Amino acid sequence: MTSTDILRQDLSRRGILKGTGVLVVSFAVPAHLAAAATAVAGPKPLDPTQLDSYLAIHRDGSATVFFGKIDGGQGTDVGIAQIVAEELDLPADRVTVVMDDTTRVINQGGASGSFGITWGGKPMRNAACEARQFLLGLAAQKLKAPIEKLTVSNGVVSVAGAPGKTVSYGQLIGGKFFNVAMKWNGKIGNDLNVETTAQAKKPADYKVVGTSPRRRDVAAKVFAQPTYVTDVRVPGMVHARVIRPPAAGAEPTAIDESSVAGIKGVRIVHKDGFLAVVADKEWDAIRAARDLKVTWSQSPAAFPEQEKLYDHIRDAAVRKRTVEKETPGFEAAIAGAAQTVSAEYEWPFQSHASMGSGCAVVQIKDGTATVWTGTQKPHYARDGVAALLGLPVENVQAIWRIGPGSYGRNDAGDTVIEAAFLAQQIGRPVRLQGMRPEGIAWDPKGPASIHRATAGLDGDGKIVAYKFESKGFSRLEIDSNESDIAYSIAGQQWGVPLKPIEAFAVPDESYQIPNRLMAWETIAPLLDRASPLRTSHLRDPVGPQIHFASESFIDELAHAANADAVEFRLRHLTGRDAAAVKAAADKFGWESRVSGSAGNADADVVTGRGIAYSKRALTIVAVVAEVEVDRRSGKVRAKRFAVAHDCGCIINPGLLRNTIEGNIVQGTSRSLLEEVRFDRQSVTSVDWETYPILDITDAPEKIDIVLLDHPEIAPTGAGEPSTRPVAAAIANAIFDATGVRLRQAPFTPDRMKAALTGRA
Amino acid sequence: MTERISFQLNGREAVVDADPEMPLLYALRGDLGLDNPHFGCGLAQCGACTVHLNGEATRSCVTPVAAAKGAKVTTLAGLGSEKHPHPLQAAYVEEQVPQCGYCINGWMMTAAALLKSNPHPTDAQIREGLSGLKCRCGTHMAILRAVKRAAAMA
Ligand code: FES
Ligand code: FES
Repeated sequence: MTSTDILRQDLSRRGILKGTGVLVVSFAVPAHLAAAATAVAGPKPLDPTQLDSYLAIHRDGSATVFFGKIDGGQGTDVGIAQIVAEELDLPADRVTVVMDDTTRVINQGGASGSFGITWGGKPMRNAACEARQFLLGLAAQKLKAPIEKLTVSNGVVSVAGAPGKTVSYGQLIGGKFFNVAMKWNGKIGNDLNVETTAQAKKPADYKVVGTSPRRRDVAAKVFAQPTYVTDVRVPGMVHARVIRPPAAGAEPTAIDESSVAGIKGVRIVHKDGFLAVVADKEWDAIRAARDLKVTWSQSPAAFPEQEKLYDHIRDAAVRKRTVEKETPGFEAAIAGAAQTVSAEYEWPFQSHASMGSGCAVVQIKDGTATVWTGTQKPHYARDGVAALLGLPVENVQAIWRIGPGSYGRNDAGDTVIEAAFLAQQIGRPVRLQGMRPEGIAWDPKGPASIHRATAGLDGDGKIVAYKFESKGFSRLEIDSNESDIAYSIAGQQWGVPLKPIEAFAVPDESYQIPNRLMAWETIAPLLDRASPLRTSHLRDPVGPQIHFASESFIDELAHAANADAVEFRLRHLTGRDAAAVKAAADKFGWESRVSGSAGNADADVVTGRGIAYSKRALTIVAVVAEVEVDRRSGKVRAKRFAVAHDCGCIINPGLLRNTIEGNIVQGTSRSLLEEVRFDRQSVTSVDWETYPILDITDAPEKIDIVLLDHPEIAPTGAGEPSTRPVAAAIANAIFDATGVRLRQAPFTPDRMKAALTGRA
Repeated sequence: MTERISFQLNGREAVVDADPEMPLLYALRGDLGLDNPHFGCGLAQCGACTVHLNGEATRSCVTPVAAAKGAKVTTLAGLGSEKHPHPLQAAYVEEQVPQCGYCINGWMMTAAALLKSNPHPTDAQIREGLSGLKCRCGTHMAILRAVKRAAAMA
């Protein structure tokens, strides 16, 4: 095909494109996305078999990739730009990443499971390879030279040995469609991929991958440019607030409208258990939500007493049991062990507690809807809104704008459905934002759970048999996306029955243990509708609880074997796993000895160190924590960490370091402080006083990070893996400092003190 | 009842007709159309809404707009610009501090006020001065680096 052909096809495509109605929005596009706004759009409708759906080259030779995921502030988009730039031989800053609009990008699953680079990067890389191959074909014709002779630098193709013979990407195809079909694997979401016959670059030739270009959103945030979903304004927009019941499951039985009669233009929207107020001005909506007098129905005392939560879990009927791994010789091996050790661990409900509660703006007009949302999965939010409004999916456009934090399926996923409903009821664009309790008391929770472990050691202090069983609330009572309103508070308030997905997990590690039984069990949700203790994905879903237990237990085994905790782990590890454990220990300056033998038992303030290691998918993390325990107050301070992180090929070491730091600090907060409080009928953690997180006065003094880079191994993800070993590293350090083993998280001063006293 | 309230906002005259009891935050975001500060808690517990009121870091979510009458109000947008960044803004970019960044007004406006009164604080003074602010993404280490960097630039 000649370039004239492409141009002709391009023009005819553009003719078609003209006919598609484009919604014009009236708020400023964030600066870092502005370039993208003027880029060539992919063909419509987005076709996963077309290269043009993933990549465009502009007249100036720069590129835009259309990425069906989002970045919550860890720099995933920069990594994608680097991967694409590498294959195209462009500098990273000449690749724009569009990831904000369901009409412009194909659904690659949104933010999910730390797979942004691992899976999300694959089709992007393949598209870039395909594009490069195609461009080289065009260049070969144009320059009348064989492809093998062509080299590319900064988007300019040259012929080896013939200086002056050059053509740029912009000249070859700038502003036109490729019209190249790619082999699509037929999947939408995380698994989407397209194949290419073109060769990807060899790691030895990387110039862009492995460097640290900066984030594109930081300047906008630092200089206060409109960035967030909360900043979206649409003409004619009204403000809404939802009113949640004082007792879980209660419904309004009487609403005294006169109680808000003094507030201008208030409208009340009520359907079954769902109640909201709407007003022109935000402050009026807030006041109306505060002042509205509502009589609520009686509701059952659905929750156990907080102190009996773990008894409830222990006693509850098992809904689903899954044995992930079982070796036939397990029972015999346990029976024949020289020594057996058993322990049980407990982990509370935790909240996403995002910096701000969820927000969404929805506009419905002429049979179409536009949704601005901060959810991690805008395509699924589009599907949920379409289902709610009874619109065809293609008539709904979801535009992602970063929300006030996310870390999984937080309350943003409820907000988007509620805003759509309100916009439909009110007949005007609606902006709904939660007040503080909506994001702490009412977000879907990370599940509470118990974990039982038993192991047998042989005479040499090696583990011969290992049983690990978790029992808890499913990690998916609420699915991690919004495509089905059964998973939204409003949907459940309208009587759509619960559809919990039974899901948990087992420890992820590579200890060489000959006999194992690894299983999990889920139990029923506590309430049949709109529960503030419903559960869903919270950063590293069920990873922190499982590995708090499993890595505390490995420490207990080391102690039983009278072995140093690092050395004991290394007895059972090889290869990259062992390398990570060694690297963290070396970085920390680990002194080999049996934990708990520091010999500082009499001091008021004692210090200790602990290690934990875990994997997540294929990423390996080892963390050493140093803690200080004040035996008088029970206060634990995590002073210092050394982290070894191996996620295969490192795309951007600078941003990876910041990502790991965030995980360690958030993980520390969850280990030391975070526990959702509740009474028999409601969640009583409603704000930062009742759900405290780590204060900067308690932030670590130092976090040392060792990045173990393997350019030859495909990247395996870094968004969450370093969260999971933190709690165990701290618990193990506490044991080292005090000789006391905490088997229930979080390690609050009260709990620590009680444990110290119990021992005395 | 609404009242006419005027103040200086980022160096310019601003006027709102508002319920004097309404928190300043809603005057700034709603009546005056600013995209900063942010609503985080509405309870003076997080700092996301922080502005300078006559130079002092103030949580606008619990400060009645009447308190701004005749005052000088500075928001993050008024702290500096890409062309003329405040040292903290330059340091924040250098250290690539924010993840979601929704907490940023609290940390930057509080740190700016802190550096004004104490241009070369120790690590402990920085932590003490910023205590109570929230960052859910856990960017505390980068925040500390940035504040130290900004102090070194001043
Ligand atoms: S929003 Fe003002 S302190 Fe949280
Ligand atoms: S960067 Fe997200 S809350 Fe601070």
